[in-house]
Amino acid sequence: MPETPAHLSAESLAAIDREIAKYPKGKKASAVMSALRIAQKEKGWLAAETIAFVAEYLQIPAIRAMEVATFYNMYDLKPVGKRKLCLCTNIPCALMGAEETAAALQKNLGIKWGETTPDGEWTLKEGECFGACAGAPVVIVNNEKMHENITAEKIPAFLQSLKANNGE
Amino acid sequence: MTRDGYGLEYRAGENDKSETKAKTGAMADEVIFAPLKSGRDLTVLENYRQTGGYSALEKILREQTPPGELLAAVKESGLRGRGGAGFPTGLKWTFIPRGLPTEVYLVCNSDEGEPGTFKDRDIMRKNPHQLIEGMIIAAYIMGANAGYNYIHGEIWEVYELMERAVADAEAAGYLGEDILGSGFSFRLHNHHGYGAYICGEETALLESLEGKKGQPRFKPPFPASYGLYGKPTTINNAETFACVPFIMREGAEAFAEMGKPNNGGSKIFSVSGHVEKPGNYEVPLGTPFAELLQMAGGMRNGAKLKAVIPGGSSVPVLPAEVIMQTDMDYDSLAKAGSMLGAGSVIVMDESVCMVRALMRLSYFYYEESCGQCTPCREGTGWLHKIVRRIEKGEGREEDLDLLVSVSNRIDGRTICALGAAAATPVRSFIKHFRGEFEHHIRKGECPLDKKAA
Repeated sequence: MPETPAHLSAESLAAIDREIAKYPKGKKASAVMSALRIAQKEKGWLAAETIAFVAEYLQIPAIRAMEVATFYNMYDLKPVGKRKLCLCTNIPCALMGAEETAAALQKNLGIKWGETTPDGEWTLKEGECFGACAGAPVVIVNNEKMHENITAEKIPAFLQSLKANNGE
Repeated sequence: MTRDGYGLEYRAGENDKSETKAKTGAMADEVIFAPLKSGRDLTVLENYRQTGGYSALEKILREQTPPGELLAAVKESGLRGRGGAGFPTGLKWTFIPRGLPTEVYLVCNSDEGEPGTFKDRDIMRKNPHQLIEGMIIAAYIMGANAGYNYIHGEIWEVYELMERAVADAEAAGYLGEDILGSGFSFRLHNHHGYGAYICGEETALLESLEGKKGQPRFKPPFPASYGLYGKPTTINNAETFACVPFIMREGAEAFAEMGKPNNGGSKIFSVSGHVEKPGNYEVPLGTPFAELLQMAGGMRNGAKLKAVIPGGSSVPVLPAEVIMQTDMDYDSLAKAGSMLGAGSVIVMDESVCMVRALMRLSYFYYEESCGQCTPCREGTGWLHKIVRRIEKGEGREEDLDLLVSVSNRIDGRTICALGAAAATPVRSFIKHFRGEFEHHIRKGECPLDKKAA
């Protein structure tokens, strides 16, 4: 494949190859979800060109990769901030104060759901049940790191610690 | 920032209910959380082995136990699917055709996204090898040589942990070709979801595994005849598989006796909401709700119980006076007018506005409808829109009838159960808390706001 800006790094391609190996011969398409995740991690978000590159790599039509990228919530189809915060506001989290957490996040960051701060530092998204309701309200940072019991009063310190620890 | 009480280590007080045991008379943590009592980190394979782990599998492979005998044990145990439907596991496993020259797949559904459900996450991060051992035994019974564990997208850390656990099991010779020299081969891989509630529906999950949008398939054909890549496939919930090593080691009878007739074994209940100690509680099926509530530390700040959704957001809500008289098993909850579902117990105290709660739930189904069937795609949008206007104080007199009518027109008219799942909360909330909805419509305000003011 020619080197284009959508081309993924050797490390990403090796990671995708490991995913492909999980599925039977001729079923490379099964690795599309992981491949898109890996591509998103490298690029920060999924541009149409990136999605097309992944499709070509897996030898599936670009539209099939696009369908997957648009169907699942955790893919970002436009640029996001350095730290993407996803707060669950579903019932178990709402019962434990997620609405107040949401208000505190929006106030502290000065953005609404789906927005990114002008400095490109933060993106805020509303999420659906993450399956960790004993720790409600739950926030996931950059799709990987789960933080539990994030009540409104913790938000200033929480944001500070994310800034200091780069999302961890 | 995370609460340490839900870390990987076993902490007396969370899983060991020995104090409450005497009080409630209920056994706790006897099946899936039992090895945690050793205090060892069970994510380490050798530690799991030292609690008796993998011994059931080793014995089966050493003695080449006929799969039919093992299947009979699963049937006798009374084990029913722990993912929500409660279908008898042994019976499900008989549906897989035997002796065909074709690949058979085994799939574990760990895509728990039903609001209020968080047990599979704890099974995987606290006792991953019991799930793996259960899957290998199930694969041996059904002659499956390949399997996939589909893991909920939002729990990345657990996915990574499972990747390590599978690699460790492989290195120890429990997974792969010619397991322990038995001639039986089983390859297991983890598949990471990426945020779609619908993929918990088994055929949507299969589509997703094949690298497509997670849109449910028409049934029949059922996965047992046409599943992953068109091959015979069995799909079970993680908790279901994790029960299997216990049944093999301790016997079907020991498992069955733990619960009630037709409701064998223990069940992990995920208790969330307004309790003092939200968390997972593994208790025998048939444990009274009142005891479960006590285990979870009772109501938070001593508040009064208003309502409980006993099995995840898709099952009917029950008012306090009903649930307090109900036992937590499939049949008792059905009799009470609800369902056990996945054992996801959402507890609400009297500060909760039921209209607002329903508004949030309706939004969830609207957001997560896959869009394939018109009644669900359009209907969930209408349900949310109508509940929202009631909540905003802009409801109309005819809205409650309209909500029930829309619900009835979704339910039963869709390919999968998401439509019914969206309709059920609407009907049950209106049925049990009609006065609260009417107050919003007639007065244009929430009765709870007034109380607070």
